[in-house]
Amino acid sequence: MAERLGRAVEHTGIPLEHGLPLIVSVSIGAASLSSRNTNIDTMLGNADKALCAAKNEGRNCGRAFAVDRADGRYATERIFLWKGREKMSKQNEAVPEQRGEYSMVEHLARQGVSRRQFMTACSAVTATLVVPPFLRSGAALAVEAVTMGSEQTFWSSCVVNCGSRCPLKVVVRNGEVVRIEAENSGTDSCGTPHVRACVRGRAMRQRLYSEERLKYPMKRVGARGEGKFERISWDEAFDTVAAALRKTIEKYGNDAIYYQYGSGTYQLVAGRAPNFRLLNLLGGYLNQYGTYSSAQIREGMPYTYGDGGNGSYMTEVANARLYISFGNSPLNTRQSGGGKGYEWQCAKDAGNVRTILIDPMYTDSMLGKEDEWIPIRPGTDAALCEGIAYVLITENKVDQAFLDNYCVGYDEKTLPAGAPAKSDYRNYILGNGADKLAKTPGWASQITGIPVSTIVRLAREIGDTKPVFISQGYGVQRQANGEQSVRAIAMLPILTGNIGLPGTNTGAREGDVEMGAVGLPTGANPVKVVIPFFLWTDAIERGTEMTAKRDGIRGVDKLKAPIKFMWNYAGNVLANQHSDLNRTDRILRDETKCEFVLVIENQMTASARYADILLPDLMSQENFDYAADGYASGTGSFLVALQQAVKPRFEERSSFEICRGIAKRFGVEEKFTEGRTQEQWVEWCYNETRKKHPELPDFAQFQKQGIAKMYNKGKANIALEGFRKDPMKNKLKTPSGKIEIYSERLARIAAEWELPPGDVITPLPQYVTTWESHLDPKAAKYPLQLYGLHGHGRTHSTYHNVKWLRELHPDMLLINPVDAAKRGLQNGDPVRVFNDRGTVLLPAKVTPRIMPGVVAFPQGAWYKPNKAGVDEGGCINTLTSLRPSPLAKANPQHTNLVQVAKA
Amino acid sequence: MAQYGFFVDMSKCTGCKTCQVACKDMNNLEVGRNFRRVSEYAGGTWKEVHGAWQQDVFAYYVSIACNHCAQPACVEVCPKGALAKRADNGLVLIDQNKCIGCRDCEDACPYGAPQYNRAIRRMTKCDGCQDRLVGGAQPNCVDACPQRAIEFGDIGELRRVHGTLAAVAPLPDAATTKPSLVIRPPRKARPVGDKLGAVWPLPVED
Repeated sequence: MAERLGRAVEHTGIPLEHGLPLIVSVSIGAASLSSRNTNIDTMLGNADKALCAAKNEGRNCGRAFAVDRADGRYATERIFLWKGREKMSKQNEAVPEQRGEYSMVEHLARQGVSRRQFMTACSAVTATLVVPPFLRSGAALAVEAVTMGSEQTFWSSCVVNCGSRCPLKVVVRNGEVVRIEAENSGTDSCGTPHVRACVRGRAMRQRLYSEERLKYPMKRVGARGEGKFERISWDEAFDTVAAALRKTIEKYGNDAIYYQYGSGTYQLVAGRAPNFRLLNLLGGYLNQYGTYSSAQIREGMPYTYGDGGNGSYMTEVANARLYISFGNSPLNTRQSGGGKGYEWQCAKDAGNVRTILIDPMYTDSMLGKEDEWIPIRPGTDAALCEGIAYVLITENKVDQAFLDNYCVGYDEKTLPAGAPAKSDYRNYILGNGADKLAKTPGWASQITGIPVSTIVRLAREIGDTKPVFISQGYGVQRQANGEQSVRAIAMLPILTGNIGLPGTNTGAREGDVEMGAVGLPTGANPVKVVIPFFLWTDAIERGTEMTAKRDGIRGVDKLKAPIKFMWNYAGNVLANQHSDLNRTDRILRDETKCEFVLVIENQMTASARYADILLPDLMSQENFDYAADGYASGTGSFLVALQQAVKPRFEERSSFEICRGIAKRFGVEEKFTEGRTQEQWVEWCYNETRKKHPELPDFAQFQKQGIAKMYNKGKANIALEGFRKDPMKNKLKTPSGKIEIYSERLARIAAEWELPPGDVITPLPQYVTTWESHLDPKAAKYPLQLYGLHGHGRTHSTYHNVKWLRELHPDMLLINPVDAAKRGLQNGDPVRVFNDRGTVLLPAKVTPRIMPGVVAFPQGAWYKPNKAGVDEGGCINTLTSLRPSPLAKANPQHTNLVQVAKA
Repeated sequence: MAQYGFFVDMSKCTGCKTCQVACKDMNNLEVGRNFRRVSEYAGGTWKEVHGAWQQDVFAYYVSIACNHCAQPACVEVCPKGALAKRADNGLVLIDQNKCIGCRDCEDACPYGAPQYNRAIRRMTKCDGCQDRLVGGAQPNCVDACPQRAIEFGDIGELRRVHGTLAAVAPLPDAATTKPSLVIRPPRKARPVGDKLGAVWPLPVED
């Protein structure tokens, strides 16, 4: 009866004023009078309890009140459940504009009442009917007014590797995400911003429901890299992976299992952590140091400052009179509405700061927000800094007291005892050093492409203004000798004493509060050897030849085994974000070298094609977890609940469950779980974080509010503030405790390491003319410098397969009209971009926003070679080189010479 | 009568197009149909002097939805009277029961606001998220902008706060349709009718 009633209600549309029917579905709770229960109010109360249970099961469900226990607990029985609306949903999907999108629940939702609240307060909002006696029972009916299903909002986050983890409010209807809404809790102001997701997070729905979503465990059936797979069961998948792991461990040892760098899923429990946890339980794995993002700055800066040089916060820009940044576009790379990009705008609005941006491109951080743009050839930042230093020194604009008291090696006075005569910075710049070359503005102009008058004026501005805030993005260091450029830029604040004071910075990238949120514990890795993240292809090809002094191997002098097992979780490094993809492809395809490739992923990426076993991961919107603010939120921090907004549609599993399944094959499931489910681990981790930050709400409240924000926590805004106040008490972590302009450690490395011809490591930060710079003789054949930019429409390679983003942020080769004219190119023309390593096809965008002699296109597009080996996917790494930088052994992915021709 | 309109702070816009995607997400807009559109306007020249480069480059973006004009060209040309201004707030809306999909409004609007929906063969456009307004929320594009560059409200009030500028290049002269729009120009804005720059994306004819 109840079911018939429900169906009848659902099929009766109520006409509304704008002509579309209001479709109503019901949930029914039933209770009857009995010998135990003769009170009408109790019966109605029981019916209401049954109704609540019914509503919790979803729409179109009825439950009857069955058992009333003495302890106050009760039970209900399902009396019906059917799936309504499916047909109608589909019809309406085709013609979205004809949807009658108005309902009581939506109306309530718009007034701030979510369906969840609506549901959990059944009694408060249900219309209770007393049904006539012929039904022989009393029943309560809740009329849940819905059109195409009511909306429910869940919390989630965009957990990709842009540095932010912007919260997303995921609106769900009929078990399907229908849109994303912005985080808007609390007051929105510069100091306490709503963490508004950028264009990528707002497009999440298309990534969640993309055609490339992986649905089932699969095994490779074609050649490796061919992309042919066959569906298998989870059992078969776990058995195969376990057997391959066993074989690798027995034959080569755990050192032969490589955990590939991958940063696609930054959530705290069921992201990367279970993978590490499992592998550590199995005896460990070969890990890497450094990242494709920032290896050279993180390796280079400590020789000057003793640590990676986390800069002053963006908020400190407000206290500066002059802001100068190299290769930094905060409104591209930190584009969250609640992160450093927004902070930068706020700081500029609040202060009175002149902004000079030095970049080969007129970026989206400029557009009139800058006071001056100085175009510079890629890879020549160090030369500019030296030209500036020449003016500062010769015009007596250096802070001699600061250099004497806080630094080592500016002039001969503070040069370490063991250093050769005249090897100090001052003598090097003035032309009295070993190279006998004065680093005049004229010299710098010819290298950088910047007019002499601009260099002199810039130097005087830096010397005459206080305070000056100098920083750099990560683009500068992703070069053939980026380590040197990084330290050269640091020389500008050092020379002028713009260090440790309000409105100053170290020359590093702007800093960030880290709240130290706790993730799933991973345990310790028994394998102590690590390789540079960029040399894994070498470690496959010639692993046992790799040494500490030649290849930067750490923990041992020599690798024991080449990489034989590739563990690739949530990453597209394997065949997309690594370099020289045509060569990488050949290395990966050779099954005698790397014998097994495991890929755990949620999309069919370029790298997923190379899997032997390919396992489907959940997206965060299907998972239960939590995430923290990342490393780009600036002075604000937050935790965001990842709630299961929608159920997985196929056989996808979380990384926790996948690793648990493999752990079971090795008999270590208990050790892996420690008796906790994923959900229990999430709560455990949250509570551990709460121990560090007692002001956080309890877990239940956190789930309810979805986000917990914290601001600054009183941490210092100014980098090296303590050191500046008291350099004896607050020594730096350099061997001398001071800023080391001359680094004895680097002098020793330069003497001891085996470097290929052309690679240079120097104790001073010095400009080095590198391979594939514009001064390389190769430029005769390949006259254009190419680098990859961070476009708005992708985070590295994530979101590449989102149609809206490709529509609005298409991949195009940016080329100056001067260079386009030489090649007869018009806007929109298809072009070939090529060098000895490969060819990429793209349309050209002829624009004065890129300087002549330089071309660029957004990095991260998915590698898609055609039969002729030409990349139609537009992936820049078809053109980049596998040759590492000298010190960090890192990725020089912005150092490329190419030619461009009409396709 | 109130008249709703938009304020766009072009000096803050970064061309990220979050407003556009939020709008597409809200309204289920397929590739090619955009109730809000962000265009780049860029120009300038380069000169090599003694091996170094000199330039006078400018660039900026303009984000435009429907301006719910005081003299809407779309309303004037519609042969079926399907387009009308809402009496209480001035939003220009399409009655799809009357629309025949002739696309005259699309040609008439100098801002490209009416967007043709091939699936239903009707015109569609920005309705100021009028349903969201009921609950006191702002249009989705306004809530989405990471730089807080878009505002929505009574145009009289927006003009009182932000002034009356309603056009820089490449926008049409505001006298044409009297848009309910206020902009804050970026520092290097060029005047209406400027020919030094180029618009991207290029207008697509179909």
